[in-house]
Amino acid sequence: MKKAKQIQHSKPFDLLSEELVFIILDLVAQNPSDLKSFSLTCKWFYQVESKHRRSLKPLRPEYLPRILTRYRNTSDLDLTFCPRVTDYALSVVGCLSGPTLRSVDLSRSFSFSAAGLLRLAVKCVSLVEIDLSNATEMRDAAAAVVAEAKSLERLKLERCKKLTDMGIGCIAVGCRKLKRVSLKWCVGVGDLGVGLLALKCKDLRTLDLSYLPVTGKCLHDVLKLQHLEQLLLQGCFGVDDDTLQSLTHHCNSLKNLDASSCQNLTQRGLASLLSGAGCLERLDLAHSSSVISLDFASSLNKVSALQSIRLDGCSVTCDGLKAIGTLCVSLREVSLSKCVTVTDEGLSSLVVKLKGLRKLDITCCRKLSGASITQVANSCPLLVSLKMESCSLVSREAFWLIGHKCRLLEELDFTDNEIDDEGLKSISTCLSLSSLKLGICLNITDRGLSYIGMGCSNLRELDLYRSVGITDIGISSIAQGCCHLETINISYCKDITDKSLVSLSKCSLLQTFESRGCPHITCQGLATIAVRCKRLTKLDLKKCPYINDSGLLTLAHFSQGLKQISVSETGVTDVGLVSLANIGCLQNIAAVNTRGLSPSGVAAALVGCGGLRKVKLHASLRSLLPPSLINHMEARGCAFLWKDYNNNNNNNTLQAELDPKYWKLQLEEDIML
Amino acid sequence: METEDDLCQNNWGSASILDYEMAMEEGESDLQVFKASSGQDNNGQANVDVLQGVKAQAWDPRTMLSNLSFMEHKIHELQGLVHLIIGRNGQLQDEQQQLITTDLTSIIIQLISTAGSLLPSVKHHHNMSTTAPGSALFPYPREANNLASQTLNTNCGDLDLPKPIVLEEVHEMKNEDDAEEGENLPPGSYEIKQLEKEEILAPHTNFCTICGKGFKRDANLRMHMRGHGDEYKTPAALAKPNKESLPGSEPMLIKRYSCPFPGCKRNKDHKKFQPLKTILCVKNHYKRTHCDKSFTCSRCHTKKFSVIADLKTHEKHCGKNKWLCSCGTTFSRKDKLFGHIALFQGHTPAIPLEETKPSAGASSSQSGSSGCNNAGMVSFNLGSATNANQETSQPGFMDGKINFEEPFSPLSFDTCNFGGFPRSIFDDSESSFQMLISSACGCSHINGGDGSDSNTSV
Repeated sequence: MKKAKQIQHSKPFDLLSEELVFIILDLVAQNPSDLKSFSLTCKWFYQVESKHRRSLKPLRPEYLPRILTRYRNTSDLDLTFCPRVTDYALSVVGCLSGPTLRSVDLSRSFSFSAAGLLRLAVKCVSLVEIDLSNATEMRDAAAAVVAEAKSLERLKLERCKKLTDMGIGCIAVGCRKLKRVSLKWCVGVGDLGVGLLALKCKDLRTLDLSYLPVTGKCLHDVLKLQHLEQLLLQGCFGVDDDTLQSLTHHCNSLKNLDASSCQNLTQRGLASLLSGAGCLERLDLAHSSSVISLDFASSLNKVSALQSIRLDGCSVTCDGLKAIGTLCVSLREVSLSKCVTVTDEGLSSLVVKLKGLRKLDITCCRKLSGASITQVANSCPLLVSLKMESCSLVSREAFWLIGHKCRLLEELDFTDNEIDDEGLKSISTCLSLSSLKLGICLNITDRGLSYIGMGCSNLRELDLYRSVGITDIGISSIAQGCCHLETINISYCKDITDKSLVSLSKCSLLQTFESRGCPHITCQGLATIAVRCKRLTKLDLKKCPYINDSGLLTLAHFSQGLKQISVSETGVTDVGLVSLANIGCLQNIAAVNTRGLSPSGVAAALVGCGGLRKVKLHASLRSLLPPSLINHMEARGCAFLWKDYNNNNNNNTLQAELDPKYWKLQLEEDIML
Repeated sequence: METEDDLCQNNWGSASILDYEMAMEEGESDLQVFKASSGQDNNGQANVDVLQGVKAQAWDPRTMLSNLSFMEHKIHELQGLVHLIIGRNGQLQDEQQQLITTDLTSIIIQLISTAGSLLPSVKHHHNMSTTAPGSALFPYPREANNLASQTLNTNCGDLDLPKPIVLEEVHEMKNEDDAEEGENLPPGSYEIKQLEKEEILAPHTNFCTICGKGFKRDANLRMHMRGHGDEYKTPAALAKPNKESLPGSEPMLIKRYSCPFPGCKRNKDHKKFQPLKTILCVKNHYKRTHCDKSFTCSRCHTKKFSVIADLKTHEKHCGKNKWLCSCGTTFSRKDKLFGHIALFQGHTPAIPLEETKPSAGASSSQSGSSGCNNAGMVSFNLGSATNANQETSQPGFMDGKINFEEPFSPLSFDTCNFGGFPRSIFDDSESSFQMLISSACGCSHINGGDGSDSNTSV
C-alpha cells in the first residue's frame, strides 16, 4: 500500500523533464550536502542525480567500483584524496567510465604502474586531461603508455623525475593534440625531448619547462609554435645568453613568459627572447640575477603591451623603475615583493605613469615611506589589490588616503604595518573588499574592526594574527557584518574568548578557523562553530589549553568536512584523537606535545583515520609506535613529520609568546641576525 | 770522424753478413728493420758542433768543405757496397738483396740531399739538409754493426730493434711534428723502411740477446736484462736508448714506413705512395687492410675486426646506449635518434623493456670472447711459434715461472696479444674486460695472464 502511494506521489515529477531537473541541480550542486539530500529524496531523484553528476572526487579508492557504477556519466575524476590507487583501481575506472571520462587527476596518488595507465589510456578513448604529477617513480615505459591516449590535450607531469627525453619523445609523437604540457621538475628531460615536443605538437598553448635542464637550444623550436601562449622557464639555469644569441622568432601568440630564477639569463638573452614576442602580456623576472637598471629596462621596449610584470627579489634601481613606467604604460600588475632596494622615488616615478594599475605588491620593501604610498593612492584609482606587508615606515595618514582614493580595492595586505583605526575606517568604504590581512597591526582596536564589519559585507578572508588590540567586541561586529566570511585567523589574540566563537558561528560559510594560542577558548565555543559551520575544513587549535576531548567529540560528530586539524599542546587525550577517525575526509593531523596522548591511542587514531596524508607527532612517539604500523601508514600514503621541540612549553613561555612587545622584540632580533 | 767511419765501413761487410746468417738461424726477420742505431750516441756530441756550425754560418766555406768531404766519403761507401754485391752476387738471397738495395737507395738519397744543401737556394730543412754531415756519419752499415755487437752481448743496452712502445712512439712523433709541417713530405726527404709480413705480425719485436726471450717493449727488455748481470744495471744501460741523443736526434733522417703488400697505396712502389708514420701504423695498417678480420664482436656478432684494439673500442660501445626507434633503426647518439624521429611521421622512440638480464649477457659475452680468442690465436701462431721455440730451446736461462708456463706457451702468447699489446695502445679501462676473458678461459688462461704479467713486469 505504502509503495503504491509513493508511486502515486512521485507522479507529479513525471511532468518535469530531466533537462529542467538538471538545471535545478546545477544550482544545487554548489553545496555537496544539498546534492546528497536531493538524491536521497526518492529513487527518481537519485537516478537523475546520478545521471547529472559529471565530476567525482572520491575519498577512498575502494569506493570506485560502486560510485562509478552509480555515476555513469562521470567525465572528471579527481583522485587526489586517494593516495593509493592501484592498477586494479585504474582498470576499474577504465572499464566503468571509459567512454565518458575526459579528465583524471592522479597527482597525489601512487602505487599504480604502466599497466594500469595502459588500461586507462586504451579504454578511455576521449581522455583529454591527465595529471600524473608527483609520480616520482614513473619511467619512460609509463610515459610511452600515456602516449596511447591519442586525444590528450592537457598533460601534467610535474616532478616525474625519472622521465627522460625518450618518454617525452613517445608522448610527443603519440599525443599530437596536446595543448597544455607541464614538465616542471622533470629533471631528466632535456633539449631533445622538449624540442621534439615542440616539433610534433603544433597546437601547444601552454608549456611549463620550469627547473628543466634545458638550454636556449630547444627554445628555438618552442618559439616557432604558432599558438603558444604561455611559456614557463622558471629556474632554467641552462637558459643563458649564449644559447639564445641567434634566436629570432615571431611568436606573436605568446602572452605569458615566466623567466624567473633564470640565473644565467641577463639583459642580452632576455632581449632576444622578447624580440619576437610583441604581444606579451605577462612577464615574470623574479629573482633575476641582473640588476633592473635603465639598460635592463630598455630590453622591454619590444613588449610595450605588457600588462603584468613581476620583479620579486630583484635589485631594482630608481632609473630602472622609471624606464619601466615609461616603456610599459599599459601595466596593470606590478610585483616588487622583497625588492629591498626600492625607494620612494623609484616607486613614485613608476606608478605616476601607470594610471591603470590594478595590482601592486610591495611586500617587504622596507625603505618605502608614506610618500610613495600617497603617490600610489593618488595616481592609481583603479587599484584592486595592494600587498604591502612589512612596510613599517609607512605613516598612518597614507592608509587613510588609500581607503579614500582607491574605492575598488578587493585585496589588502597590511600585515605588520602602522595602520590604525582611522585607516580602517577609511578602508571600510571599499565595499568590494574580500580579503583583509591585519596581522601584527598593533595599533588597531575593536573600533576599527567594527568599521570593517559595518562596511565590508563581502569580506571573505580576515587575518588578525597577533593583532592584540582585538577583543570579542570587534570579532562580533565582523561576524555580524561579514556573513560571507570563509577564513579567519585570530591566532595569539589573547583576549578572545568563547563569545567570539559563538558570534563567528553565524558565518555559516566558514571554512578555515585558526585560533592558535588563544588561552581563553574552550570546548563550548568550539562546539558552536562545529555545529553551525558545516563547511569547516581547516582548524588550528594549537596552544589552546582548555580544548579537550569533548570539543573533538563534537567536531567528530558535526564537522564531517574537516580536512586539517592541529591539536598540539592542548588538553586532548586518546579519546578525542580516536574520535577523529569518524571524520572521513580528515587528511592532516598535528598532535605534538599533547600530554594526554598515549602511543596506543595515537596508533588507534592512525589506523582509524583511513584518509590521512600527513601526521605531525612528537619525535618520542617514533620509537614507541610499532614499526609495522608506521610502515602500514606509509604504504597507505601517509607521511610522518616527527617534531622534536624542547619540552619547556610551560605557561611562562606561552605568556611570553602572548606578550606582543616581547614577541616582536624577539622577531626583530631574529631579523637582525 | 773519418777513422770512425772507416771503422764502420770495415766492419760492415763482414758484420752484416754475419748478422743475416744469425737472423736466418733464429728465423727472425727483425734484422731487416733499419733504424738509426744508438751507435749515433758516439757521434752525437761531435755532430752537435758541426750542426751548430752549419746553422750559425750556412755560408761558411768550411762547412761546405765538410759537406763535400762527406759526399766523397759516401761515394766511397757506395763503391764498397757495389763491390760487395759483385763479390757475393751468387750467394745473396732475396732478402739480403733487398736489404742492400734499400741501403743503396738511402745512401743515394742522403747524397742528393747533402748535395742540395750546398746550393744557396735550398732551404734548411731540419731533417736532412742541415743535419747532413751528422747523419751521414752513421749510415746503415752501422746498424748491422750494432746488431752484430748485440749478438756478441757487448752492447745490449743499446739494443735497437723496432720499438712499438707508445711512449716512445709519441715521443718520436712529437719530434717529427717539430721537424715537419704537414704530411706532405717531399719524396726523398725521408727514408723509407719496409718491414716484412712476418715481422709485422710477430708478437714481439724486442729480443733478449742472451736468452732470446721476446718483448713488446724495449723498456721491458731492459728491465729483463737486469737479471743477466750487473752490467745491465747501470743507469746508462737502463736508460732509454734515444734519450741521451735526443738533443742531437734532429740530425736523424725522418723515417717513414712502407707496407710490404704489393699494390697497396702504402707500398713504396705505388704511384701515389703515402708513407706510414710509425711502426705502429704499419702494424695496424697491415692487419686492418691485408689480414683476415678474425675478431668478432661478442655482443652484436656481426662486426669483425683484425686489430683487437678496434674490437675492444667497438665492444665498449656496442649494445650500450643504443638509441632505438620504433622502426628498428638504432642510433649511437640520442640527438641522432631525435633528429630521425623529428623527420619521420609516426616513428617513436622505443623504450627498452627492462635492463637486459645482466647474468645472461655476461655469460654470452664471455663465451663469445673466448671463441674469438681462439680465432685470434690462429692468426698469431705463425709469429709466435718461433718465439715459443726460442723459449723452450733455452730453458736454462729461464726462471721457474716461465718453465711452468711452457705447456701453455701458445696460449700464453695469445693472451699476451689479447691483453698486453692493445692495452699498450689504449691503456684505459679495458682491464675489466681482460679480467672477464681470463676468468672465462679458465686456469690455462690465468696462467697465460701470469705470463703476460711477467712480460710486463720483468
